[in-house]
Amino acid sequence: MSKRKITVGVTGLNNIDSPGPGIPVIRALKESTEFDVRIIGFSYETLEPGIYMHELVDKVYQLPLPTAGSAMLKERLQYITSIEKIDVIIPNFDAELHSFIKLQHQLKSELGIATFLPSHESFEERQKSELNKFGDKYDVKVPQSHMINQLIELKKLEEELDYPMVIKGRYYDAYIASTYEQASSYFYKIVAKWGYPVIVQEFVTGTEVNVTAIGDGKGKCIGAVPMRKLYITDKGKAWSGISLEDDKLLEISRHVIENSKWRGGCELEFIKTKNDEYYLLEMNPRFPAWVYLANGCGQNHPEALVKMALGEDVQPLTEYESGKMFIRYSYDLIVDISEFEKISTTGEI
Amino acid sequence: MNIRKNIAISENGFIFNPLTGDSFSVNQTGVFVLQKLKDGESNENILKALQDEYDLDTYTAEKDFYDFLSMLKSYQLTENE
Repeated sequence: MSKRKITVGVTGLNNIDSPGPGIPVIRALKESTEFDVRIIGFSYETLEPGIYMHELVDKVYQLPLPTAGSAMLKERLQYITSIEKIDVIIPNFDAELHSFIKLQHQLKSELGIATFLPSHESFEERQKSELNKFGDKYDVKVPQSHMINQLIELKKLEEELDYPMVIKGRYYDAYIASTYEQASSYFYKIVAKWGYPVIVQEFVTGTEVNVTAIGDGKGKCIGAVPMRKLYITDKGKAWSGISLEDDKLLEISRHVIENSKWRGGCELEFIKTKNDEYYLLEMNPRFPAWVYLANGCGQNHPEALVKMALGEDVQPLTEYESGKMFIRYSYDLIVDISEFEKISTTGEI
Repeated sequence: MNIRKNIAISENGFIFNPLTGDSFSVNQTGVFVLQKLKDGESNENILKALQDEYDLDTYTAEKDFYDFLSMLKSYQLTENE
């Protein structure tokens, strides 16, 4: 059977020590059994390694930073589509999703670009700051969380929460504090970097287990693969992991995806306690950087997402292999300065 | 006590628990005991086989066997009947 030729735009080319999911998504798409995929990479910075991985990325265009807003993004995509025919875009950064969700209908009707994104409501309700409500609504255990704006509130929380506590930024960063002194120091560190509010969370002891999943937006979980990190970098990123066979974890994950009518890829981060209880720590609204493991286990989630974006029916992927490992590595690309010059000056390569 | 059904045990003593992602290595005696547990043999039969195979007295066989069982339990390799 000949493969269908399509062009897919992908962000998250920052294949660095805290990697974006772009390159793993592209690798999965390149291994699609149904599509012959041409990849348009979208970059934000000129040193994102994916820009220079020509065997995976066919053409690269720089996008305006998410802080520039959706109008700038649309303008840039209008320019790009005057050159390229893009069938589907897969955004891979949390920060850019607002703009893509806002523009999704215009992208389809005006530029012919399909996406497969969660609704604005689904995106918002799984924000870290809404975790308690999310847990109640979808009947999943979550660690007790509080949002604070002043340090004095932390003192009051000591009546409800024991140390260690987790001090988290609204979007990124998390620190484990064993004393009030540590907690207050992390509070200021997070405020300086991410602003208010700061999230103070109960520390749940156990093993971290994660699930990469995809939902059809109508209440069906199209695929889910659980993984445990085997090697974690000092940035808390998985440098190695292994797929698990954990029916209870899959059941909880499917329950969340189905009941929240999640549309698109996502990552669910859990802590499994000694008593085999699962606490949902976070739901990330896009594929994780380890999504290529799902493909290695027999579930090609990026391919399924592209099919759904194109309006095709996808049957749930229920089988996968446990005991498959991913082992990340670093690799030096040798790049001529002319390539760096081209992306730096023209914003495309 | 039973060994979890989905535990993979290779001939050279490598054990993989797909529920937790943990892996372990055991020696030939460990493989001997694990295979018998996986085949559903009773503790009494395994103890007897262990004594015959390794020429052990009852006390040593029991001590080592039950030590090994408690270790398997602590690593979540077992499930209750």
